[in-house]
Amino acid sequence: MEAAQEVVRLREIARNTRKLILESLAEAGSGHPGGSLSAVELLVTLFFRVMRYEPKDPAWPERDRFFLSKGHAAPLLYSILAQAGFFPVQELMTLRKMGSRLQGHPSMGIPGVEAPAGSEGIGLSLGVGTSLVAKLDGKGFRTYVLMGDGEQQEGQIWEAAMSASKYRLDNLTAIIDRNGIQQDGLTEQIMPLEPLAAKWRAFNWNVIEVDGYDFPQLLDGFELAALTRNRPTVIIAHTVKGKGISFMEWSPTYHGTAPAKDKLLDVLSELG
Amino acid sequence: MRDAYGEALLELGASNPEVVVLGADTTGSLKSGVFSSKFPQRFFNIGIAEQNLVAVAAGMALAGKVAYAGTYAIFVPGKCVDQIRNNIAYPFLNVKIVCSHGGISVGPDGASHQQVEDIAIMRSIPRMSVVVPADAVSTKATVKAIASIPGPFYVRLTRPTTNVVYDDGFDYGRGEAKVVLDGSDVAVFACGIMVPEAVKAAESLKARGVSAAVIDLHTIKPIDSKTIVHFAKKCGRVVTAEEHNVMGGMGSAVAEVLGEEAPTPMKRVGVMDTFGESGEAPELLIKYGLTSNQIEAAASLLASSPGLAVESAHRGRQTEGGSNH
Repeated sequence: MEAAQEVVRLREIARNTRKLILESLAEAGSGHPGGSLSAVELLVTLFFRVMRYEPKDPAWPERDRFFLSKGHAAPLLYSILAQAGFFPVQELMTLRKMGSRLQGHPSMGIPGVEAPAGSEGIGLSLGVGTSLVAKLDGKGFRTYVLMGDGEQQEGQIWEAAMSASKYRLDNLTAIIDRNGIQQDGLTEQIMPLEPLAAKWRAFNWNVIEVDGYDFPQLLDGFELAALTRNRPTVIIAHTVKGKGISFMEWSPTYHGTAPAKDKLLDVLSELG
Repeated sequence: MRDAYGEALLELGASNPEVVVLGADTTGSLKSGVFSSKFPQRFFNIGIAEQNLVAVAAGMALAGKVAYAGTYAIFVPGKCVDQIRNNIAYPFLNVKIVCSHGGISVGPDGASHQQVEDIAIMRSIPRMSVVVPADAVSTKATVKAIASIPGPFYVRLTRPTTNVVYDDGFDYGRGEAKVVLDGSDVAVFACGIMVPEAVKAAESLKARGVSAAVIDLHTIKPIDSKTIVHFAKKCGRVVTAEEHNVMGGMGSAVAEVLGEEAPTPMKRVGVMDTFGESGEAPELLIKYGLTSNQIEAAASLLASSPGLAVESAHRGRQTEGGSNH
């Protein structure tokens, strides 16, 4: 019963996150809805159940680290951080505007953002760096890195993957938003990734596959990652690009097209 | 220079517990390996994966470390410019990229290993400091000093043993050029191995009655505009000398300053927009015009033509393909 209530709570946060993503993108007039909507439940689980952090003290040394490697999902990260209390929710409406802290892609100076992002494929290495320091200094914090599936085509991801297993970084968890679609089309047509799980296993990672919208599966995945010793974990979350908005789902067009402002009410009505 | 780098790292390791060192399968050659024998926990060999090398260094800096990362120059500024820009410079992290084997003096490995574009690449990145020390003494002082100067640095070292310029020691000041020799007829701005060449040229010029100032412009960014303008006005003629393409390097940086603040007749000695080749360092330096003789010739030409408009600095010299200006 308690678990069921918790799932209801997380679902409500996810619904509100989608609303904030769409509102801020419509207000901005540009940006990336598809890959923001696909990964909502992943970040809701992390920020509202798994990670330890202090919104009033974003630099708290013991905090868990989160790196968004797929930087174009900035509207998702910002919507989560605002709800978590790092900055006011109203500020989301300044997304991508001149003078706003909320740059088109994450940058320093936004409370809760650990590092800039935007160029694909470079986020996992940062997580390797913070995880190495945690080991070196005997700190208990964990590092989480959310990657896109399209950016698995970048060579640096695999350089980082090798180094994480060399150093047995069991304090590092990578998450892949496996929505199957990149800007030009299907990942399996543009540059096939499969067998993706086998690739990560071959790099000596612990691989967990989950349904990216099933909160109990996600929670179990993160718990298992934390229990795993001597190996980093990657959670491959099977997701849907544009999840929650019918005409955006499975659509490469909505990788990088914001919803029209005058259609926003119709769009939001789909969230129920 | 590489021994000096290793010594500096060892001293830093002992004095600053936050210093970590990262390498990429060239740590024996760079002498950063000596750090690993004393501080194995704080040493990370990332393998032949330079993009990961600099980005892991960025992650460690994000978690509070002062991260020294390096390998051969040819493998970093060009190969990793995106990671350096987005992961290190944009967030202004404490990553000190120290690379050896800069320039054409790398020698027999040939053009594929002769990095003559790094100053241009690195100085075009906002928030990045760029330093090319002249000798082992200043290398050691620089590597140690930058640990306590916040933000990213690129320090370029060379492969061959270098002549001593600073036998009395060297205090590194970011953006503070060092006046090696004062003079009044021509100002020679040099960096790296071209500093001792400039001193040699000045001595020869002196014998012929030309008073040449030699300024070690070790920090190319932020550039010491004040000293450049001062000597340009004082001498009225400027020569720059660098082991780098004349396009985008230190000479270009000096020209930018003078073009806006004190237009002065000027010649650039450097690699004339061409690739190198295999050969021993001294042979290559002669063939590609990186010698005291070339500095002297450039200075003489300027000194004998006081009102001279800037013309091709490499007239009569062999160049390969393309225009230089």
